[in-house]
Amino acid sequence: MIQALFQEKLQVLNVGLSSFTDSIAMAGGSALQIEWAPPAQGQAEVGRDLARLVNLSAVETANQTAFDTYQSAQPVLRGVGIAGHVIPDMAERMILHSGPPIAWNDMCGPMKGAIVGAILYEGWAENLAKAESIASRGEIVFEACHHHRAVGPMAGIISPSMPVWIVDNTTQGNQAFCNFNEGIGKALRFGANSSEVIARLKWMGQVLAPALRAGIETLGGLELKTLMAQALHMGDEIHNRNVAASSLFLKRLVPALLKTHTPSNEIAAVVDFIAGNDHFFLNLSMAACKAMLDAAHGVPGSSMVTAMARNGVEFGIRVSGTGAQWFTAPAPFVDGLLFPGHAPSDAAPDLGDSAITETAGIGGFAMATSPAIVKFVGGTPQDAIDNTLSMTHITLGRNNAFTLPPMNFAGSPAGIDIRKVVDTGIQPIINTGIAHREAGVGQIGAGITRAPLACFTQAVSALARTTERSE
Amino acid sequence: MATATKVLKNFYRDSVSLMQLSSTFAKLPGVEQASAIMASPNNMSLLREAGLLTESVDASANDLLIALQGDAEALESALAAAESALKQPPPSSSGSGSSRGLPPRSIEMGLGNMVGANLVLISTPGEYAASEAFKALSLGLNVMLFSDNVELKDEIALKRFAQSRDLIVMGPDCGTAIINGIPLAFANVVRRGVIGVVGASGTGLQQVTCLVDRWGGGISQAIGTGGHDLHRDVGGISMLQGLKALAADPSTSVIVLISKPPSPEVAGHVLEAAERAGKPVVVNFLGADPARVRRGNVFAATTLEDAAAAAVALAEGRNPDDAKPKYPPISIPSRLSPGQQYIRGLYSGGTFCYEATLLLKKELGQISSNTPVEPGDRLTDVWTSRAHTVIDLGDDLFTRGRPHPMIDHRLRNERLIKEATDPETAVILLDVVLGYGSHADPAGEIVPVVQKARDVAGKAGRDLVIVGFVCGTAGDPQNLARQEAALREAGVILAESNAQAVRMASAVAVGAGAAGGRS
Repeated sequence: MIQALFQEKLQVLNVGLSSFTDSIAMAGGSALQIEWAPPAQGQAEVGRDLARLVNLSAVETANQTAFDTYQSAQPVLRGVGIAGHVIPDMAERMILHSGPPIAWNDMCGPMKGAIVGAILYEGWAENLAKAESIASRGEIVFEACHHHRAVGPMAGIISPSMPVWIVDNTTQGNQAFCNFNEGIGKALRFGANSSEVIARLKWMGQVLAPALRAGIETLGGLELKTLMAQALHMGDEIHNRNVAASSLFLKRLVPALLKTHTPSNEIAAVVDFIAGNDHFFLNLSMAACKAMLDAAHGVPGSSMVTAMARNGVEFGIRVSGTGAQWFTAPAPFVDGLLFPGHAPSDAAPDLGDSAITETAGIGGFAMATSPAIVKFVGGTPQDAIDNTLSMTHITLGRNNAFTLPPMNFAGSPAGIDIRKVVDTGIQPIINTGIAHREAGVGQIGAGITRAPLACFTQAVSALARTTERSE
Repeated sequence: MATATKVLKNFYRDSVSLMQLSSTFAKLPGVEQASAIMASPNNMSLLREAGLLTESVDASANDLLIALQGDAEALESALAAAESALKQPPPSSSGSGSSRGLPPRSIEMGLGNMVGANLVLISTPGEYAASEAFKALSLGLNVMLFSDNVELKDEIALKRFAQSRDLIVMGPDCGTAIINGIPLAFANVVRRGVIGVVGASGTGLQQVTCLVDRWGGGISQAIGTGGHDLHRDVGGISMLQGLKALAADPSTSVIVLISKPPSPEVAGHVLEAAERAGKPVVVNFLGADPARVRRGNVFAATTLEDAAAAAVALAEGRNPDDAKPKYPPISIPSRLSPGQQYIRGLYSGGTFCYEATLLLKKELGQISSNTPVEPGDRLTDVWTSRAHTVIDLGDDLFTRGRPHPMIDHRLRNERLIKEATDPETAVILLDVVLGYGSHADPAGEIVPVVQKARDVAGKAGRDLVIVGFVCGTAGDPQNLARQEAALREAGVILAESNAQAVRMASAVAVGAGAAGGRS
């Protein structure tokens, strides 16, 4: 009842003229000024769609379902498979790439370079020129990894004969896939396609993959969530810093590997390879995140983001309640530190599926636990905590499995809510590497970027069209 | 001594947290020893050595194992207590308190910082205001919508939605409210008391609450509804809600309703609801026939001043019909020239202007205005007065690109000089509004201009009568007594209320007319 207000202490949220807040305070009342700006960059119609969705019970219930599903998912590393055999709907002459769908002609340099490399790896052409020509003639089908329950960092290229991680979500039963991490420097994911790169890919297929398959089999699978939780306590945010997670993985793998029939020289090479790559675990982290988020996808009415991905041209998001649709905007550039010898003009726009980690509440969202990361943008450990705290304002909850020691062991903020992003204007933060804009040069730095607001405003309008406010 | 174990599959906690928890589990009733660990082979063998683990358990390094030793009958409940302690969600805030929190950027975010918020005051540009109001209502918060330019269909939708959730929307275009003694937006600091007011007009609410304060009464609540609430299509939703809430409020013993005359249908509903209020209700439908209003516990007031006087009388247990304010006889010393015969009212408050027009019309016939009572009396050029003219300087025509005249006195000051130079002007009528939101020192703005106006008239051999009133209270930041003293000193003849000021001005004009007629 309205007269109940008369019995309470009046507490006012003031949206607009700040002098009203001052005068309420002067008169002895309690008022809090909202730092208001027109939502959705001033698009009043989107603002109306947003208003319709705020605290709408259908959306709240759907989000509870989606978030609980995400939280209860148990990603388990099941093993290693060949992409063409295990990835659903992977056709014979198909190459998967990162981000939202994109045509060959529109692709960025690193992605084109990586595709050419994959064609050479598959043996579909004998040289670069022929590979490029069959790619541009439309003889190869290009599809987004995300359309095949898969993810890939940077260019995210997966061709049929590449080995991939198979991650099972043992709670809801879905699977997710990711390619292997090749290490830093000249790598296919940055568009490198020299003979050295192709040779490494061959070795990964012929030696690394069978060894890992045998090792994981001996382990009987590997629970990824607990390993990730531990890595978060060791200073990783498991997107741009994976040194603890990679070490923990190796610690689990080696004893099992030694019990397999893998020749000792191969074990030595495999251990050397993993030990020499601090990002080895990234691809497992991504597959685990994909498995958790795919489980939460497809809940009608839910405003929870289930994928954020970039193809080097566009940044795209998918939302649980709006099905397969992508909401895209131009991919932003990354604010960060460049390796010596590189200028900002060398950088490609944001690239890769690895923002699946932020979507799952780690990476930039867990920055508080990984103070080393903020050095990329010249920040302090306090900035890292502030970044994580700011993400609590745009998320549905906390992942209680991923606790953060500097936040008094609070769970990592997780489950991005498109409504909250548009209402507050706070953009999801992403820790990421910076690729050279030309194919094959590789990683030239790392830093922080933000998901473009325009993706979220479009998603709000689309979700509003799927719901009716019922009184 | 018995042991008991429980395995939590795929459940990770760091070892330091687990050591802390283990020590608290050891203090559970009937428990001798306790351990919660990640079930790695190493940890398991430690437990065996400690005698905590006597049987084999199916657990791996990713599982959390709780092992207890103690009285057999106590262990089951101790295990349950330990499990629920482990499954407590981790704290949701950093707890360090040292981090720089973001200022709230949305109503929902603000609600996180002010958990007990119960009202959202919105003054954004009109095109965004309805959305913000809708969000506030969806979040269970009452709304005061100061913004104007909100479409009528949005107002209707908002008010119906609010009604369905037992919330109220004050506004749009609601300039004034006093809730639980706290003045909101343009409002005055009034004594608290038993008189509750619901008004469709901001300055109307200010006038009634200030006069109640001046005459020794007090205000329980002053609820604004916005000017369109009693429109036929809106149906007076907010006024009816406000009336009902005040009727049920034990701290309110007299209710005052203020509006321009509503559509007959809405008026009917409001008056019916007023009859059922169970306490006296004073109704001021500006310009309505009192006979159509008066019934049972419902009293009709023809002016805002009458409404305030009746309410104070009722609150004191006196007969409101005898409560008409009594004024000393009006004697205005003036030596007006024969041509000086007209009133020029320069108002900053829209309702004051409207009330003045109504009152003067009865006495003087045609009153021109930019906001006339009769469409035929509309000024063709709002910048130039014509015979008896009363203008609302708060009208959009004047405020476009300028602050409201209650805040910025320049436009009225210019007009005042213009009227002073007009040889037909006999009397200038002014309102001065105090309270939060208004200019910090209106008298300081007006006094020099009044002096200049007198000089201008004086140089042309004319006298000039300037009549005004100050709508304010002793508690207002500008201080009523100080403002009145400064204006009086400058020769402004002050009334207590708008109605009284209008009567004074009217008497001067009638006198001047009569004198002019004799000459």
